[in-house]
Amino acid sequence: MLNPDSVGRTFTGADVVTVTQSEIDAFADVLGESDKSVAPPTFSIRITLAQSQQLLSDPDVGLDWTRLVHGDQKFQIHRPIVAGDQLRCSSTIENYKVAAGNEIVTVRSDLHAGGQLVVSTWSTLVVRA
Amino acid sequence: MIEVGTIVETKVFWIDRDLLKAYANASGDQNAIHQDEAFAKSVGLPDVIAHGMLTMALVGKFVTDFSGGSATVKEFSGRFTKPVIVPAGEKVDLTVSATVTEVVGNDVRLDISATSAGVKVLGMAKALITMAPGR
Repeated sequence: MLNPDSVGRTFTGADVVTVTQSEIDAFADVLGESDKSVAPPTFSIRITLAQSQQLLSDPDVGLDWTRLVHGDQKFQIHRPIVAGDQLRCSSTIENYKVAAGNEIVTVRSDLHAGGQLVVSTWSTLVVRA
Repeated sequence: MIEVGTIVETKVFWIDRDLLKAYANASGDQNAIHQDEAFAKSVGLPDVIAHGMLTMALVGKFVTDFSGGSATVKEFSGRFTKPVIVPAGEKVDLTVSATVTEVVGNDVRLDISATSAGVKVLGMAKALITMAPGR
């Protein structure tokens, strides 16, 4: 079960992730997108998924990632991600409830380049009972 | 002329196991339920399922084909209502359409429908886009 003290806390990643053109190319190729000058709109999941998983796997947080189902997803894109961006992820547990034994967690992840907010994402994750 | 009620023409994407593998590599999501049939069945799924985020990424491609490129999306959201089931050796459809619900200057809101094998796979799917010049 999630540690209730985790709700509302923000965990900032130690790593700065540098986006490469080859990562954008690979993501765009899967979708059949020929313009690779900017990343496709959902590309940021590549960064936020790994980063938030790392941050929220802290034993103090208590989220069980092995029984996790992705419930919904939202992106707010302030500008497109481009190759060379150096992004830092911070993740906040915005909401938490238990319904029929399932834990429902809403995680917001912000990607900043320097002081500039580039993308905010919200993922609702369901930990199955 | 784009106005409230304008319908964005239906497009079909085809999903197979090779695409799941390519998306796993491109996204970093190597969860076995998207590649390993025996594992997927062992956790109660009917077969290998597509990454929800692959479905959403393809819907994103549908949106940006309409709006004029990857840089046009300001907001994009959806709920994973049912999995896209991808049996071995088959190509399954992802059928996407949309309706314009709001127009403010060059900013357009879409309500999006996405189904696979006739089943709704993305609910409450919405996008806010800024139409590229000339669109």
